Order: sequence, then C-alpha cells, then structure tokens
Amino acid sequence: MSDRASVPVAAPGPALGPIARDALAGLLLSMADDEFVIGFSDSEWTGIAPILEEDVAMSSIAQDELGHARAIYELLAGFLGDGRDADAIAYDREPEAYRHARLLDHPRGDWAETIARRFLYDTADAARLAAIGDGWPPLAELVAKIRREERYHVMHAQVWVDRLAGAGGEARERFVAALEALASDASTVLATPEGEAALVEAGILTHPMAVAADAWRAEVTSTLAPLAIRLDLPPAPAAADARTGHSEAFRWLWGEFTSVRRSEPGATW
Amino acid sequence: MSRAVAAGAGATVPTAFPVPVPLDEALVLDVLRTVHDPEIPTISIVDLGIVERVAVTEHRIDVALLPTFVGCPALDIIRDSVLEALAPLGRPARVEFTWRVPWTSERITEVGRQHLASSGFAPPAEPADVRCPYCDSARVAMDSAFGPTQCRSLFYCRDCRQPFEAFKPI
Repeated sequence: MSDRASVPVAAPGPALGPIARDALAGLLLSMADDEFVIGFSDSEWTGIAPILEEDVAMSSIAQDELGHARAIYELLAGFLGDGRDADAIAYDREPEAYRHARLLDHPRGDWAETIARRFLYDTADAARLAAIGDGWPPLAELVAKIRREERYHVMHAQVWVDRLAGAGGEARERFVAALEALASDASTVLATPEGEAALVEAGILTHPMAVAADAWRAEVTSTLAPLAIRLDLPPAPAAADARTGHSEAFRWLWGEFTSVRRSEPGATW
Repeated sequence: MSRAVAAGAGATVPTAFPVPVPLDEALVLDVLRTVHDPEIPTISIVDLGIVERVAVTEHRIDVALLPTFVGCPALDIIRDSVLEALAPLGRPARVEFTWRVPWTSERITEVGRQHLASSGFAPPAEPADVRCPYCDSARVAMDSAFGPTQCRSLFYCRDCRQPFEAFKPI
C-alpha cells in the first residue's frame, strides 16, 4: 500500500456536524478494515488453491479487496487529517483497534469454509454498498466504482456455492457445516454503526443497516433454498460489540500482515 | 555531381525546428495517444478511455485519469509515462487520478477495441457475446472470470481451440 502518490485524491466533502463526522470516520474504518482483513486472509490461497483457475481468481479477488481497502483508508486519512497516512492506519494499530466484522475473525479455513465466508461476506457487503448514499461525495464516487468490481466477487461465490452444495457427499457436508458455523456471525458485517441516525440524516446512508440486513437475508435465503439449505441468520449486535473483541485467529493474521512493517519501521520501497 | 546535389540540398533543408503548433488540449491529447497501457502495449491510454480531462493553461498542463480498477497496480507507471511524454512540450504537467467518474469498459474507443482484438484480447462484452479474437467464432466458453490481471477473464475457443483473454465488462 505504499504508493500514496498515485492514489486518487478526493475532493473535500461537505461540512458535517461533529456526530456525523465521528460516525463517518467509524463507517469508513469498518468498511476498510473488512476489505483489508478478508483481502489479506484470502491472499493466502495464492499458490495453494485447489485448482489453478482458483489460484488466479482468489489472488485477483484479494488484490481487488486490498485495493478497495487502500482507497478507503486514503479517504479516511484525508478526512481525519491527523498526520497518519493510509499505511499508518492499516498497519500501525494494535489488534484490538481493528474494526472488522466478527465474521472475518473466523480463520480462512479449508476451501469449503473460505467459500462459505466469501459468499456470506460478498452478499452482505453488496447490501452495505447499496445503502451508501451521495451525502458525502468522495465515498459515493468510490463506492460507485467498487460496486462494479464486487459484482464479480458475488458471481464467483455463487458459482462455488452451487458447485459445492450440488456435489453432494463430503463437499456438501463440509460446505453446509461451514455455513452453519459462520451463520451466527454473518450479519456482523451489517451491524448498526455508531451514529447511524446522523449518517442517514446526512444522506451518507440511504437507509439503516437493519434494512440492508433484511434485504441481504432474503437474498441468502433465496440462493440457498433451491439447494435445500436453510440458514438461521440472527440479527447482529450493534457495531460496538460486533466489531470488537477479536479472535486468536485474527491476532495471528495481524502478526503476519504487520510483520514487515514492524521489522523496519518507516521503511519505504 | 551527386555529392554537389547532396551538399546543395543540405543547405536548403529547413531548420530542425518543428512547425509551430499551439500548445492546447488537442496537442496534449495527441501526445497522450503515444502513451500505452503498460500491460497491453497495443492500446493507448486515450483509446482505453482513462483520460478524463485535459486542461492547458499558460503555466501548466493538467491531466485527470481514471483508474480502470480501484486496486490497479499500474497507476504509477502510467503517471510516469504521461509525464515523460509531456516533458518535451516544455510546460510543467500534473497528473491526477480521480474517481469522480467511474471508468467503465464502455469508455474504450472503437479503435481501442480493434487494437485489443488484433492483439488477441477479446474486447469487453457480456460473456454470452464474447467472440474469439483469432477466428471470430462465437463457440467460446469462459474458463474463469478472473485472469492474469484484474481487468481480464479467461476464455477458450471450441473452434480454433485457442485459449484467450477477454476484457471484463465493468
């Protein structure tokens, strides 16, 4: 993420009240952390995916997600103006300070678990992106671009959902078990952010995340029903709970993705 | 004799100065047509549709570009190539990347689509409409939506039995 110079510069957005400002900063951080954590985690498939095409696909998807994370961290860095750049926000926090959803605290796991997590995340992320309004143009413009790319991630996940669930036998068993293990945390991606009312009022969100979560649940249900899979997707707690208290698996991942940065603070390449 | 002609011709050849051309947006665009995508050298950044805006003032040239993908790793190279190409114009230039308008594959010009096809890349189309860039057959199958770069998918032609890459419609 070291290439600050070439990253698009956002025009300053409209003035916001203090509550909306804090809420927007929180929303940006949670969106960027989600993309960063799943992107880094899935990049671990590079070289070891079950088939060559998936090696390429997961690498490409991970590259997309890390690119989205970088762009959102850049927006946040410009918005906060506290002297930190995107790299500092991405890498220089303790594990407790990350605000990714609990769904992404689950480890990458095997291929069935990876596909189950991607499917739940990609569909939830699509519902979240659809809720972003034009109240803060720098985010709205970026989201318009990101949505065009995420369409491919959702297609990719759905192809594999059909394939694993339709295969029967061990593939189906492991895939369904993975979905069930993740189900209780799946809606954490759409947890109600702090200061949501101010975000809706400012037009940064067009509707509350609970509404986005309803649409997402309906979509997951309609994808899985023809495959004779039923999933209970309980509502998420508020973001303050759904995006904190991270797992051991995440602490391990944090150690991996910060290792280069910590080994030589301030290094550039 | 021939030597004398040559010497005489040399004496009347105009100076090396080019015909003066006003430094305006059209000239800058012409220069940008010589800058190529680092991953597909047969297509210029103008035909790729990533040049969003060119503005020329007395003191500066401003170029706004659209990344094809948010995580495109080639932005630095493209920016440097643009600055290098504009340097001979002798006016400070600034390159900015922006999301103000999303780049879409529809921004690729007709000339650009032809250049892609002639280099073995199927121009962007919905998967059902992709044709083989080698034999123009419609009997093609998508192997994977994801290819060697973010903007390309992998296809296979059942007629000429050639694997090829297609630009993702985005």
